[in-house]
Amino acid sequence: MVTSILPLTVNDAVVRRRGKTLLGPVTTTVSDTGLSIVMGPNGAGKTTLLRLLHGMERVSSGGSLQWQIPEEDARALQAFVFQSPIMMRRTALDNVAYPLTTHGVSKKDARVRAAEWLERVGLADSAQKQATVLSGGERQKLALARALIRKPEILFLDEPCANLDGRATREFESLLKQAHDDGTRVVMSTHDIGQARRLAEDVWFIHHGQILEQTPAAEFFAAPKSSEARAFINGDIVE
Amino acid sequence: MNEILAGLLQAGRLIVTFDADLIEISLRSLQVTLTAVAIASAIGLPLGCWLAVRRFRFRRFVIATLNALMGLPPVVVGLIVYLMLSRAGPFGVFGLLFTPTAMIIAQVIILTPLIASIAHQAIRELWAEYHDLLISMNTTRLQRIGTLLWDGRRALLTASLAGFGRGIGEVGAIMIVGGNIDNATRVLTTAISLETGKGNFSLALALGFVLIGLAVLVNLLIHTLSRTEVSGRW
Repeated sequence: MVTSILPLTVNDAVVRRRGKTLLGPVTTTVSDTGLSIVMGPNGAGKTTLLRLLHGMERVSSGGSLQWQIPEEDARALQAFVFQSPIMMRRTALDNVAYPLTTHGVSKKDARVRAAEWLERVGLADSAQKQATVLSGGERQKLALARALIRKPEILFLDEPCANLDGRATREFESLLKQAHDDGTRVVMSTHDIGQARRLAEDVWFIHHGQILEQTPAAEFFAAPKSSEARAFINGDIVE
Repeated sequence: MNEILAGLLQAGRLIVTFDADLIEISLRSLQVTLTAVAIASAIGLPLGCWLAVRRFRFRRFVIATLNALMGLPPVVVGLIVYLMLSRAGPFGVFGLLFTPTAMIIAQVIILTPLIASIAHQAIRELWAEYHDLLISMNTTRLQRIGTLLWDGRRALLTASLAGFGRGIGEVGAIMIVGGNIDNATRVLTTAISLETGKGNFSLALALGFVLIGLAVLVNLLIHTLSRTEVSGRW
Protein backbone atom coordinates (compact mmCIF):
# COMPACT_ATOMS: atom_id res chain seq x y z
CA MET A 1 0.00 0.00 0.00
CA VAL A 2 1.45 3.30 -1.07
CA THR A 3 -0.09 5.68 1.41
CA SER A 4 -2.07 4.24 4.25
CA ILE A 5 -4.48 6.17 6.40
CA LEU A 6 -3.29 4.16 9.40
CA PRO A 7 -2.03 4.18 12.06
CA LEU A 8 -4.56 6.49 13.62
CA THR A 9 -3.56 8.45 16.69
CA VAL A 10 -6.23 9.51 19.14
CA ASN A 11 -5.34 12.20 21.65
CA ASP A 12 -7.48 13.05 24.67
CA ALA A 13 -10.67 12.64 22.66
CA VAL A 14 -13.85 13.27 24.64
CA VAL A 15 -17.41 12.86 23.40
CA ARG A 16 -20.02 14.84 25.27
CA ARG A 17 -23.70 15.10 24.61
CA ARG A 18 -25.94 17.51 26.49
CA GLY A 19 -23.30 18.08 29.10
CA LYS A 20 -22.88 14.37 29.79
CA THR A 21 -19.57 12.72 29.03
CA LEU A 22 -20.22 9.59 27.00
CA LEU A 23 -16.65 8.66 26.28
CA GLY A 24 -13.14 9.56 27.23
CA PRO A 25 -10.77 11.08 27.51
CA VAL A 26 -9.37 8.45 25.16
CA THR A 27 -5.75 8.34 24.09
CA THR A 28 -4.72 5.45 21.90
CA THR A 29 -3.29 4.34 18.61
CA VAL A 30 -5.00 2.17 16.02
CA SER A 31 -2.27 0.18 14.30
CA ASP A 32 -2.37 -0.52 10.58
CA THR A 33 -3.09 -4.24 10.76
CA GLY A 34 -5.09 -6.56 12.94
CA LEU A 35 -8.56 -7.49 14.05
CA SER A 36 -9.53 -5.75 17.23
CA ILE A 37 -12.55 -6.57 19.30
CA VAL A 38 -14.09 -3.90 21.50
CA MET A 39 -15.75 -5.34 24.60
CA GLY A 40 -17.50 -3.96 27.60
CA PRO A 41 -20.88 -3.83 29.31
CA ASN A 42 -23.86 -2.05 27.79
CA GLY A 43 -23.51 1.70 27.88
CA ALA A 44 -19.75 1.49 28.37
CA GLY A 45 -19.19 3.52 25.20
CA LYS A 46 -18.42 0.85 22.60
CA THR A 47 -20.68 2.32 19.96
CA THR A 48 -19.58 5.86 20.76
CA LEU A 49 -15.93 4.86 20.45
CA LEU A 50 -16.47 3.29 17.02
CA ARG A 51 -18.50 6.28 15.85
CA LEU A 52 -15.80 8.60 17.15
CA LEU A 53 -13.05 6.78 15.25
CA HIS A 54 -15.23 6.78 12.13
CA GLY A 55 -15.71 10.53 12.38
CA MET A 56 -19.42 10.39 13.13
CA GLU A 57 -19.10 11.90 16.59
CA ARG A 58 -17.62 15.29 17.16
CA VAL A 59 -14.57 15.41 19.40
CA SER A 60 -15.16 17.87 22.23
CA SER A 61 -12.60 20.41 23.38
CA GLY A 62 -8.90 19.78 23.05
CA GLY A 63 -8.90 16.23 21.75
CA SER A 64 -7.97 15.13 18.27
CA LEU A 65 -8.00 12.30 15.78
CA GLN A 66 -4.89 12.15 13.63
CA TRP A 67 -4.91 10.02 10.48
CA GLN A 68 -1.83 9.70 8.30
CA ILE A 69 -3.53 11.69 5.57
CA PRO A 70 -5.94 14.65 5.83
CA GLU A 71 -9.18 13.66 7.53
CA GLU A 72 -11.32 14.55 4.51
CA ASP A 73 -9.48 11.94 2.43
CA ALA A 74 -9.33 9.43 5.25
CA ARG A 75 -13.14 9.51 5.58
CA ALA A 76 -13.48 8.03 2.13
CA LEU A 77 -11.33 5.00 2.98
CA GLN A 78 -13.39 3.76 5.90
CA ALA A 79 -16.62 1.85 6.21
CA PHE A 80 -19.06 1.14 9.01
CA VAL A 81 -21.49 -1.73 9.59
CA PHE A 82 -24.30 -0.85 11.98
CA GLN A 83 -25.90 -3.02 14.62
CA SER A 84 -29.18 -3.03 12.75
CA PRO A 85 -28.33 -2.85 9.06
CA ILE A 86 -29.83 0.10 7.21
CA MET A 87 -31.46 -1.19 4.06
CA MET A 88 -32.05 1.34 1.34
CA ARG A 89 -35.37 1.04 -0.48
CA ARG A 90 -33.79 -0.47 -3.55
CA THR A 91 -32.86 -3.88 -4.84
CA ALA A 92 -30.10 -5.77 -3.05
CA LEU A 93 -27.88 -5.22 -6.09
CA ASP A 94 -28.40 -1.45 -6.08
CA ASN A 95 -27.79 -1.32 -2.32
CA VAL A 96 -24.34 -2.81 -2.82
CA ALA A 97 -23.65 -0.70 -5.90
CA TYR A 98 -24.64 2.53 -4.14
CA PRO A 99 -21.28 3.45 -2.54
CA LEU A 100 -19.60 3.07 -5.93
CA THR A 101 -22.08 5.24 -7.80
CA THR A 102 -21.74 8.02 -5.25
CA HIS A 103 -17.99 7.95 -5.78
CA GLY A 104 -17.83 8.34 -9.51
CA VAL A 105 -18.26 4.80 -10.85
CA SER A 106 -20.77 4.46 -13.68
CA LYS A 107 -24.03 2.67 -12.84
CA LYS A 108 -23.24 -0.18 -15.20
CA ASP A 109 -19.77 -0.90 -13.83
CA ALA A 110 -21.03 -0.51 -10.29
CA ARG A 111 -23.71 -3.14 -10.87
CA VAL A 112 -21.18 -5.56 -12.34
CA ARG A 113 -18.96 -5.22 -9.29
CA ALA A 114 -21.93 -5.34 -6.94
CA ALA A 115 -23.03 -8.60 -8.53
CA GLU A 116 -19.55 -10.06 -7.86
CA TRP A 117 -19.82 -9.03 -4.23
CA LEU A 118 -23.29 -10.50 -3.85
CA GLU A 119 -21.85 -13.72 -5.23
CA ARG A 120 -19.06 -13.63 -2.65
CA VAL A 121 -21.43 -13.18 0.28
CA GLY A 122 -23.81 -15.80 -1.08
CA LEU A 123 -26.67 -13.49 -2.00
CA ALA A 124 -26.47 -13.81 -5.78
CA ASP A 125 -30.00 -15.24 -5.92
CA SER A 126 -31.42 -12.24 -4.10
CA ALA A 127 -29.84 -9.60 -6.32
CA GLN A 128 -33.13 -8.36 -7.75
CA LYS A 129 -35.11 -8.62 -4.51
CA GLN A 130 -35.95 -5.47 -2.61
CA ALA A 131 -33.40 -5.21 0.20
CA THR A 132 -36.19 -4.51 2.70
CA VAL A 133 -37.62 -8.02 2.32
CA LEU A 134 -34.36 -9.82 3.14
CA SER A 135 -33.95 -11.71 6.41
CA GLY A 136 -31.81 -10.40 9.26
CA GLY A 137 -28.79 -12.52 8.35
CA GLU A 138 -29.05 -11.64 4.68
CA ARG A 139 -29.35 -7.96 5.51
CA GLN A 140 -26.20 -8.01 7.58
CA LYS A 141 -24.27 -9.84 4.86
CA LEU A 142 -25.56 -7.29 2.36
CA ALA A 143 -24.40 -4.49 4.65
CA LEU A 144 -20.97 -6.12 4.85
CA ALA A 145 -20.70 -6.40 1.07
CA ARG A 146 -21.80 -2.77 0.76
CA ALA A 147 -19.17 -1.73 3.29
CA LEU A 148 -16.37 -3.68 1.62
CA ILE A 149 -17.08 -2.88 -2.02
CA ARG A 150 -14.95 0.26 -2.00
CA LYS A 151 -12.06 -1.64 -0.42
CA PRO A 152 -11.87 0.41 2.78
CA GLU A 153 -8.58 0.35 4.66
CA ILE A 154 -10.41 0.13 7.94
CA LEU A 155 -13.80 -1.38 8.68
CA PHE A 156 -15.76 -0.65 11.84
CA LEU A 157 -18.53 -3.00 12.93
CA ASP A 158 -20.89 -2.25 15.79
CA GLU A 159 -22.21 -5.53 17.23
CA PRO A 160 -23.08 -6.78 13.76
CA CYS A 161 -24.15 -10.20 14.99
CA ALA A 162 -26.28 -9.07 17.91
CA ASN A 163 -29.51 -10.07 16.18
CA LEU A 164 -28.28 -13.07 14.22
CA ASP A 165 -28.66 -16.77 14.95
CA GLY A 166 -25.75 -19.21 15.09
CA ARG A 167 -25.58 -20.11 11.45
CA ALA A 168 -25.87 -16.53 10.21
CA THR A 169 -23.22 -15.50 12.72
CA ARG A 170 -20.85 -18.19 11.49
CA GLU A 171 -21.31 -17.13 7.87
CA PHE A 172 -20.81 -13.51 8.80
CA GLU A 173 -17.65 -14.29 10.76
CA SER A 174 -16.09 -16.22 7.91
CA LEU A 175 -16.77 -13.33 5.53
CA LEU A 176 -15.24 -10.97 8.02
CA LYS A 177 -12.14 -13.13 8.41
CA GLN A 178 -11.82 -13.21 4.64
CA ALA A 179 -11.92 -9.42 4.52
CA HIS A 180 -9.30 -9.27 7.23
CA ASP A 181 -7.08 -11.74 5.37
CA ASP A 182 -7.43 -9.53 2.30
CA GLY A 183 -5.80 -6.73 4.26
CA THR A 184 -8.64 -4.75 5.80
CA ARG A 185 -8.07 -3.44 9.29
CA VAL A 186 -11.06 -4.50 11.40
CA VAL A 187 -12.38 -2.96 14.59
CA MET A 188 -15.54 -4.62 15.87
CA SER A 189 -17.53 -4.39 19.04
CA THR A 190 -19.38 -7.32 20.54
CA HIS A 191 -20.55 -8.54 23.89
CA ASP A 192 -20.48 -12.15 22.80
CA ILE A 193 -17.38 -13.48 24.55
CA GLY A 194 -17.36 -16.60 22.37
CA GLN A 195 -17.24 -14.47 19.26
CA ALA A 196 -14.44 -12.38 20.73
CA ARG A 197 -12.42 -15.54 21.44
CA ARG A 198 -12.98 -16.78 17.89
CA LEU A 199 -12.01 -13.59 16.11
CA ALA A 200 -9.89 -11.29 18.22
CA GLU A 201 -6.23 -10.61 17.67
CA ASP A 202 -6.39 -8.00 20.36
CA VAL A 203 -9.10 -6.87 22.73
CA TRP A 204 -10.01 -3.35 23.83
CA PHE A 205 -11.93 -3.42 27.06
CA ILE A 206 -14.08 -0.37 27.75
CA HIS A 207 -15.82 0.55 30.96
CA HIS A 208 -17.52 3.83 31.90
CA GLY A 209 -16.22 5.49 28.74
CA GLN A 210 -12.60 4.63 29.39
CA ILE A 211 -10.41 2.16 27.52
CA LEU A 212 -9.17 0.10 30.47
CA GLU A 213 -6.93 -2.12 28.42
CA GLN A 214 -5.79 -2.96 24.92
CA THR A 215 -4.24 -6.38 25.15
CA PRO A 216 -3.40 -9.20 22.70
CA ALA A 217 -6.29 -11.64 22.74
CA ALA A 218 -4.46 -14.65 24.18
CA GLU A 219 -3.18 -12.58 27.06
CA PHE A 220 -6.54 -10.90 27.64
CA PHE A 221 -8.51 -14.11 27.95
CA ALA A 222 -5.80 -15.83 30.06
CA ALA A 223 -5.13 -13.01 32.49
CA PRO A 224 -6.90 -9.70 32.05
CA LYS A 225 -5.11 -6.82 33.68
CA SER A 226 -8.07 -4.92 35.04
CA SER A 227 -10.35 -6.31 37.69
CA GLU A 228 -13.44 -5.22 35.69
CA ALA A 229 -12.31 -7.21 32.65
CA ARG A 230 -11.62 -10.21 34.85
CA ALA A 231 -15.11 -10.04 36.26
CA PHE A 232 -16.57 -9.53 32.76
CA ILE A 233 -14.86 -12.64 31.39
CA ASN A 234 -15.90 -14.69 34.38
CA GLY A 235 -19.48 -13.84 33.53
CA ASP A 236 -20.06 -11.61 36.53
CA ILE A 237 -22.26 -8.59 36.03
CA VAL A 238 -20.09 -5.52 35.67
CA GLU A 239 -21.78 -2.21 36.40
CA MET B 1 -83.00 14.44 -6.03
CA ASN B 2 -84.37 14.86 -9.57
CA GLU B 3 -81.68 17.37 -10.34
CA ILE B 4 -78.92 14.98 -9.37
CA LEU B 5 -80.38 12.30 -11.59
CA ALA B 6 -80.80 14.75 -14.44
CA GLY B 7 -77.22 15.89 -13.89
CA LEU B 8 -75.95 12.33 -14.09
CA LEU B 9 -77.90 11.73 -17.30
CA GLN B 10 -76.66 14.91 -18.83
CA ALA B 11 -73.08 14.10 -17.84
CA GLY B 12 -73.48 10.77 -19.60
CA ARG B 13 -74.91 12.46 -22.66
CA LEU B 14 -72.12 15.05 -22.81
CA ILE B 15 -69.44 12.39 -22.56
CA VAL B 16 -71.01 9.97 -25.03
CA THR B 17 -71.53 12.68 -27.66
CA PHE B 18 -67.98 14.01 -27.19
CA ASP B 19 -69.38 17.46 -26.55
CA ALA B 20 -66.82 19.88 -27.99
CA ASP B 21 -67.15 22.48 -25.24
CA LEU B 22 -66.86 19.85 -22.53
CA ILE B 23 -63.72 18.39 -24.05
CA GLU B 24 -62.19 21.81 -24.46
CA ILE B 25 -62.74 22.95 -20.88
CA SER B 26 -61.76 19.55 -19.48
CA LEU B 27 -58.51 19.59 -21.39
CA ARG B 28 -57.84 23.14 -20.25
CA SER B 29 -58.49 22.11 -16.64
CA LEU B 30 -55.99 19.30 -17.04
CA GLN B 31 -53.47 21.45 -18.87
CA VAL B 32 -53.52 24.21 -16.25
CA THR B 33 -53.45 21.94 -13.21
CA LEU B 34 -50.96 19.38 -14.53
CA THR B 35 -48.56 22.13 -15.58
CA ALA B 36 -48.95 23.82 -12.21
CA VAL B 37 -48.41 20.51 -10.39
CA ALA B 38 -45.30 19.79 -12.46
CA ILE B 39 -43.79 23.19 -11.71
CA ALA B 40 -44.83 23.14 -8.04
CA SER B 41 -43.36 19.62 -7.67
CA ALA B 42 -40.12 20.66 -9.32
CA ILE B 43 -39.81 23.38 -6.68
CA GLY B 44 -41.59 21.78 -3.71
CA LEU B 45 -40.12 18.29 -3.67
CA PRO B 46 -36.44 19.32 -3.57
CA LEU B 47 -37.33 22.13 -1.17
CA GLY B 48 -39.06 19.75 1.24
CA CYS B 49 -36.12 17.38 1.00
CA TRP B 50 -33.59 20.13 1.52
CA LEU B 51 -35.44 21.27 4.64
CA ALA B 52 -35.28 17.75 6.02
CA VAL B 53 -31.55 17.35 5.42
CA ARG B 54 -30.23 20.80 6.15
CA ARG B 55 -29.85 22.21 9.64
CA PHE B 56 -29.88 25.99 9.82
CA ARG B 57 -30.90 28.64 12.22
CA PHE B 58 -34.41 29.49 11.10
CA ARG B 59 -35.31 25.98 9.98
CA ARG B 60 -38.18 25.53 12.41
CA PHE B 61 -39.55 28.90 11.50
CA VAL B 62 -39.38 28.15 7.78
CA ILE B 63 -41.11 24.80 8.25
CA ALA B 64 -43.83 26.32 10.42
CA THR B 65 -44.38 29.01 7.80
CA LEU B 66 -44.55 26.42 5.07
CA ASN B 67 -47.15 24.44 7.01
CA ALA B 68 -49.15 27.58 7.58
CA LEU B 69 -49.00 28.44 3.88
CA MET B 70 -50.70 25.14 3.10
CA GLY B 71 -53.88 26.89 4.16
CA LEU B 72 -53.27 29.85 1.88
CA PRO B 73 -56.70 31.14 0.78
CA PRO B 74 -56.86 30.81 -3.04
CA VAL B 75 -58.98 33.93 -3.41
CA VAL B 76 -56.30 36.02 -1.79
CA VAL B 77 -53.59 34.44 -3.91
CA GLY B 78 -55.73 35.17 -6.95
CA LEU B 79 -56.15 38.76 -5.91
CA ILE B 80 -52.43 39.28 -5.38
CA VAL B 81 -51.50 37.61 -8.67
CA TYR B 82 -54.20 39.74 -10.34
CA LEU B 83 -52.64 42.92 -8.97
CA MET B 84 -49.17 41.80 -10.03
CA LEU B 85 -50.24 40.97 -13.57
CA SER B 86 -52.73 43.76 -14.18
CA ARG B 87 -51.75 46.54 -16.57
CA ALA B 88 -50.76 48.81 -13.70
CA GLY B 89 -48.90 46.06 -11.82
CA PRO B 90 -45.16 45.29 -11.93
CA PHE B 91 -45.58 42.44 -14.45
CA GLY B 92 -48.31 44.17 -16.48
CA VAL B 93 -46.12 44.53 -19.56
CA PHE B 94 -46.22 40.78 -20.18
CA GLY B 95 -49.97 40.93 -20.78
CA LEU B 96 -50.55 37.69 -18.89
CA LEU B 97 -53.76 38.54 -17.06
CA PHE B 98 -56.76 36.47 -18.20
CA THR B 99 -54.58 33.83 -19.85
CA PRO B 100 -54.01 30.18 -18.85
CA THR B 101 -50.45 31.19 -17.92
CA ALA B 102 -51.81 33.51 -15.22
CA MET B 103 -53.93 30.63 -13.90
CA ILE B 104 -50.87 28.40 -13.80
CA ILE B 105 -48.89 31.04 -11.90
CA ALA B 106 -51.63 31.37 -9.29
CA GLN B 107 -51.90 27.59 -8.88
CA VAL B 108 -48.14 27.17 -8.55
CA ILE B 109 -48.22 29.64 -5.64
CA ILE B 110 -51.06 27.72 -3.99
CA LEU B 111 -49.64 24.24 -4.59
CA THR B 112 -45.93 24.67 -3.85
CA PRO B 113 -46.24 25.04 -0.04
CA LEU B 114 -48.61 22.08 0.10
CA ILE B 115 -46.34 19.82 -1.92
CA ALA B 116 -43.19 20.98 -0.12
CA SER B 117 -44.77 20.44 3.27
CA ILE B 118 -46.02 16.92 2.58
CA ALA B 119 -42.68 16.08 0.93
CA HIS B 120 -40.86 17.35 3.99
CA GLN B 121 -42.88 15.12 6.32
CA ALA B 122 -42.22 12.05 4.18
CA ILE B 123 -38.55 12.72 3.62
CA ARG B 124 -37.92 13.51 7.27
CA GLU B 125 -38.78 9.95 8.22
CA LEU B 126 -36.68 8.48 5.44
CA TRP B 127 -33.77 10.72 6.40
CA ALA B 128 -33.98 9.55 10.02
CA GLU B 129 -33.62 6.02 8.67
CA TYR B 130 -30.82 6.75 6.20
CA HIS B 131 -28.95 9.40 8.20
CA ASP B 132 -26.12 7.30 9.67
CA LEU B 133 -25.59 5.30 6.50
CA LEU B 134 -25.35 8.28 4.17
CA ILE B 135 -23.10 10.17 6.59
CA SER B 136 -20.91 7.10 7.00
CA MET B 137 -20.60 6.71 3.24
CA ASN B 138 -19.22 10.19 2.91
CA THR B 139 -21.88 11.37 0.49
CA THR B 140 -22.22 15.01 -0.51
CA ARG B 141 -25.34 16.96 0.44
CA LEU B 142 -26.52 16.93 -3.16
CA GLN B 143 -26.13 13.16 -3.34
CA ARG B 144 -28.11 12.78 -0.11
CA ILE B 145 -30.96 14.86 -1.49
CA GLY B 146 -30.90 12.93 -4.77
CA THR B 147 -30.93 9.60 -2.94
CA LEU B 148 -33.78 10.63 -0.65
CA LEU B 149 -35.86 11.93 -3.55
CA TRP B 150 -35.35 8.73 -5.48
CA ASP B 151 -35.89 6.27 -2.63
CA GLY B 152 -38.81 8.30 -1.31
CA ARG B 153 -40.43 8.66 -4.69
CA ARG B 154 -43.62 6.85 -3.76
CA ALA B 155 -44.26 9.05 -0.77
CA LEU B 156 -43.44 12.05 -2.92
CA LEU B 157 -45.95 10.89 -5.48
CA THR B 158 -48.57 11.25 -2.78
CA ALA B 159 -47.42 14.82 -2.24
CA SER B 160 -47.80 15.62 -5.93
CA LEU B 161 -51.19 13.92 -6.10
CA ALA B 162 -52.39 15.92 -3.12
CA GLY B 163 -51.29 18.99 -5.04
CA PHE B 164 -53.21 17.80 -8.08
CA GLY B 165 -56.30 17.23 -5.95
CA ARG B 166 -56.18 20.73 -4.59
CA GLY B 167 -55.42 22.27 -7.98
CA ILE B 168 -58.04 20.54 -10.11
CA GLY B 169 -60.86 21.49 -7.78
CA GLU B 170 -59.67 25.02 -7.14
CA VAL B 171 -61.93 27.85 -8.32
CA GLY B 172 -61.27 31.07 -6.40
CA ALA B 173 -57.84 32.01 -7.75
CA ILE B 174 -58.28 30.92 -11.35
CA MET B 175 -61.62 32.68 -11.52
CA ILE B 176 -59.99 35.96 -10.57
CA VAL B 177 -56.84 35.76 -12.70
CA GLY B 178 -58.37 33.78 -15.57
CA GLY B 179 -61.67 35.59 -15.78
CA ASN B 180 -63.65 32.52 -16.94
CA ILE B 181 -63.55 33.64 -20.56
CA ASP B 182 -65.26 31.28 -22.98
CA ASN B 183 -62.80 29.53 -25.31
CA ALA B 184 -59.86 31.11 -23.53
CA THR B 185 -59.70 30.55 -19.79
CA ARG B 186 -62.87 28.65 -18.92
CA VAL B 187 -62.17 25.45 -16.99
CA LEU B 188 -64.44 22.89 -15.34
CA THR B 189 -64.63 24.56 -11.94
CA THR B 190 -65.28 28.04 -13.26
CA ALA B 191 -67.88 26.67 -15.68
CA ILE B 192 -69.67 24.92 -12.80
CA SER B 193 -69.67 28.15 -10.87
CA LEU B 194 -71.09 30.01 -13.87
CA GLU B 195 -73.83 27.46 -14.65
CA THR B 196 -74.86 27.33 -10.99
CA GLY B 197 -75.16 31.11 -11.02
CA LYS B 198 -77.39 30.88 -14.08
CA GLY B 199 -79.58 28.35 -12.33
CA ASN B 200 -78.61 25.70 -14.86
CA PHE B 201 -78.20 23.02 -12.19
CA SER B 202 -78.25 19.91 -14.33
CA LEU B 203 -75.42 21.16 -16.57
CA ALA B 204 -73.47 22.34 -13.52
CA LEU B 205 -73.88 18.93 -11.93
CA ALA B 206 -72.94 17.19 -15.14
CA LEU B 207 -69.71 19.17 -15.25
CA GLY B 208 -69.21 18.35 -11.56
CA PHE B 209 -69.43 14.63 -12.22
CA VAL B 210 -67.00 14.97 -15.10
CA LEU B 211 -64.62 16.81 -12.78
CA ILE B 212 -64.80 14.09 -10.13
CA GLY B 213 -64.36 11.42 -12.78
CA LEU B 214 -61.33 13.23 -14.17
CA ALA B 215 -59.67 13.53 -10.76
CA VAL B 216 -60.23 9.84 -10.01
CA LEU B 217 -59.02 8.84 -13.45
CA VAL B 218 -55.77 10.77 -13.22
CA ASN B 219 -55.04 9.32 -9.78
CA LEU B 220 -55.72 5.77 -10.93
CA LEU B 221 -53.64 6.31 -14.04
CA ILE B 222 -50.64 7.56 -12.11
CA HIS B 223 -50.90 4.76 -9.58
CA THR B 224 -51.07 2.20 -12.34
CA LEU B 225 -48.15 3.70 -14.23
CA SER B 226 -45.97 3.93 -11.14
CA ARG B 227 -47.10 0.49 -9.97
CA THR B 228 -47.65 1.48 -6.36
CA GLU B 229 -49.28 -1.20 -4.24
CA VAL B 230 -48.05 -3.83 -6.67
CA SER B 231 -44.51 -4.67 -5.67
CA GLY B 232 -42.91 -4.28 -2.29
CA ARG B 233 -44.40 -2.80 0.82
CA TRP B 234 -43.81 0.81 0.08
